[in-house]
Amino acid sequence: MPRWAMVIDLDKCTGCGACMAACKMENNVAIVDSKEAQAGRALFWMDMITTYEGEYPTVAAKRMPKPCFQCDNPPCTKVCPVRATYRNNEGLVAQIYHRCIGCRYCMAACPFTTKVFNWYEPQWLEGANKCFNPDVSVRAVGVVEKCSFCAHRLQHVKEVADLEKRPLQDGEYVPACSEICPADAISFGDLENKDSAVYKLSRSYRASRVMEDLGVEPKVYYLSKRVS
Amino acid sequence: MMDKTHQCDLDQDAALYRPIYQTGRGYYVVGGIFLAVYLFSIYMYYAQIRNGLGVTGMNQPVTWGFYIVNFVFFIGISHAGTLISAILRLSKAEWRRPITRMAEVITAIVLAIGGLHPIIDLGRPDRMMNLLESGRLQSPLLWDVTSITAYFTASTVYLYLPMIPDIARIRDRGGKLTWLYTFMAWGWQGTERQKQVLNRAINILMVMVIPIAISVHTVISYIFSMTLQPGWHSTIFGPYFVAGAIFSGIAALLIVMIIFRKVFHFEDYLKQIHFQYLGTLLLIMSIIWFYFTFSEYLTGIFGGEPHEMNTILYKFSGPFAFFFWGMVLCNFVIPVTILSFRKFKTISGVLIASIAVVIGMWLERFIIVVPSLANPRMELPLGIYIPSLVEWALFAGGLSVFALGFMVFAKFFPLISIWEIEEGRIHGVKEVEERIHSYLPGRELSNL
Repeated sequence: MPRWAMVIDLDKCTGCGACMAACKMENNVAIVDSKEAQAGRALFWMDMITTYEGEYPTVAAKRMPKPCFQCDNPPCTKVCPVRATYRNNEGLVAQIYHRCIGCRYCMAACPFTTKVFNWYEPQWLEGANKCFNPDVSVRAVGVVEKCSFCAHRLQHVKEVADLEKRPLQDGEYVPACSEICPADAISFGDLENKDSAVYKLSRSYRASRVMEDLGVEPKVYYLSKRVS
Repeated sequence: MMDKTHQCDLDQDAALYRPIYQTGRGYYVVGGIFLAVYLFSIYMYYAQIRNGLGVTGMNQPVTWGFYIVNFVFFIGISHAGTLISAILRLSKAEWRRPITRMAEVITAIVLAIGGLHPIIDLGRPDRMMNLLESGRLQSPLLWDVTSITAYFTASTVYLYLPMIPDIARIRDRGGKLTWLYTFMAWGWQGTERQKQVLNRAINILMVMVIPIAISVHTVISYIFSMTLQPGWHSTIFGPYFVAGAIFSGIAALLIVMIIFRKVFHFEDYLKQIHFQYLGTLLLIMSIIWFYFTFSEYLTGIFGGEPHEMNTILYKFSGPFAFFFWGMVLCNFVIPVTILSFRKFKTISGVLIASIAVVIGMWLERFIIVVPSLANPRMELPLGIYIPSLVEWALFAGGLSVFALGFMVFAKFFPLISIWEIEEGRIHGVKEVEERIHSYLPGRELSNL
């Protein structure tokens, strides 16, 4: 089983938010009006966490893009009562939208708060509903969704590789956020492939994962000189 | 009508039949109010179905709110009944006789209400059947479905069986709905053989019902403790929840007893002594509850793990401080003060303590569910949760169904087990005397 992983270089990241925007477009993520977003109902598959350090006048803002960590030992799939979220053959944590009963147990169980819920019937900007990405299903009201590592892209490149009767190349399968990043801060690839860029980066002295001690084995690494 | 009242008065236990045959104006007024509240909550739920869960106050990260709180709360109350009545029956406590029926009714009604709450909470109630079609038995939610179903089945049967002789009595009186009572009495004639079979069935059920009841609240606590979330991931949650459930159950039972004692004039049946005994039980449970709460928070604070501490401080001195200290006041300070002193342990004292405990236990459920979600491990801005009108309406609706359920039950069946009172009068007194002799040196009990 491949271990698709993401490495986010926080020393390169400018916090511009292009990854969030690309993700929204790529995955047909609904737009929530500002009042609802204020109430904590914004839908982000790729989120941006901003924390502030220090006091005025020496304030430093830390920005950290946060996709789903695609754990190898995910707490969310364990609790799902109907197997609407599970680890698929590619090692990715997948969602089955049309099976989800909307109990939100997986959201409560996720230590990283990466899952989002369709509190209302999803809405899009005027015209945006005419140019959905056809590879990604549109979700209905009352189901949980989250970052899929753009699994539809994997499906696509796998079919191409199969047709050409060759194995997948490193860098062939990349999610939208990684592709768009102007600072080239997001690398993506297979940890099982020892020659891949992510494998090398994940072994860097700067690499760490969020809350490694929980034992859920997240597959998103952060590179930073500041993080120990 | 005059005729029937006359007939009732001939009976020794006429007071117990009276609510079935006589309905005052107050009944319709109170019933009408509850019905209105109930209908309003149905309308609100319809709005939720139409618009989605957005009409509630829930959000990310506070993904569970009132519905799950009330689910845990109502299922907790349900432990009043069957468990108390089974334990009292099992331990041959003679004073149980006028209490058991009400306790069992509480269980049946409240379980139906509580069991519906997770469904109200679903984003897609239309896909509820997925739980049966593609349910994963590894999920704590499925354990819940299983154990609550088992508990509901066992406790409704356990309510119904001891009602059979009473239903037969009503059937024999004639009057209203004879066909229904004839059907429900299952041809009860009170023969020796029938009594034997019934006793045996009740004995089997009461032993069965105790582990089922304990499993129900243990498994509900597992929903929380099986996750890794700070404040939830605790090994004592099982017994902590069970103790809390019995605690709130006894309090609810006491409130129901006091209300019906007043409304239906059961003063002769529910005596000072019953409230004294149950009050003592409530006092013991209050102390046990405090012991669990103390252990739970002390271990958290002593370890001082940062995420755990965030949640604890959020409860102790953060936005939830009012609810947290209110809970300690209602669950420990008030009941212990009232119930420890003979002077305060009157029926009104017990009523105040019980109301405090029910409120306190609801607060406890609220304090367990929301703060852990509002303080996620990730460094996010704190979650906020303000319940919406829909959630309040459905809460009020749940309470109304409880009241309505009792009111309807009281119009069809006696709220105090008539045959058990009679049995106590005829056999109980003799039996107890004999039993006490057998405890003393020199005599053996003939048939144990």
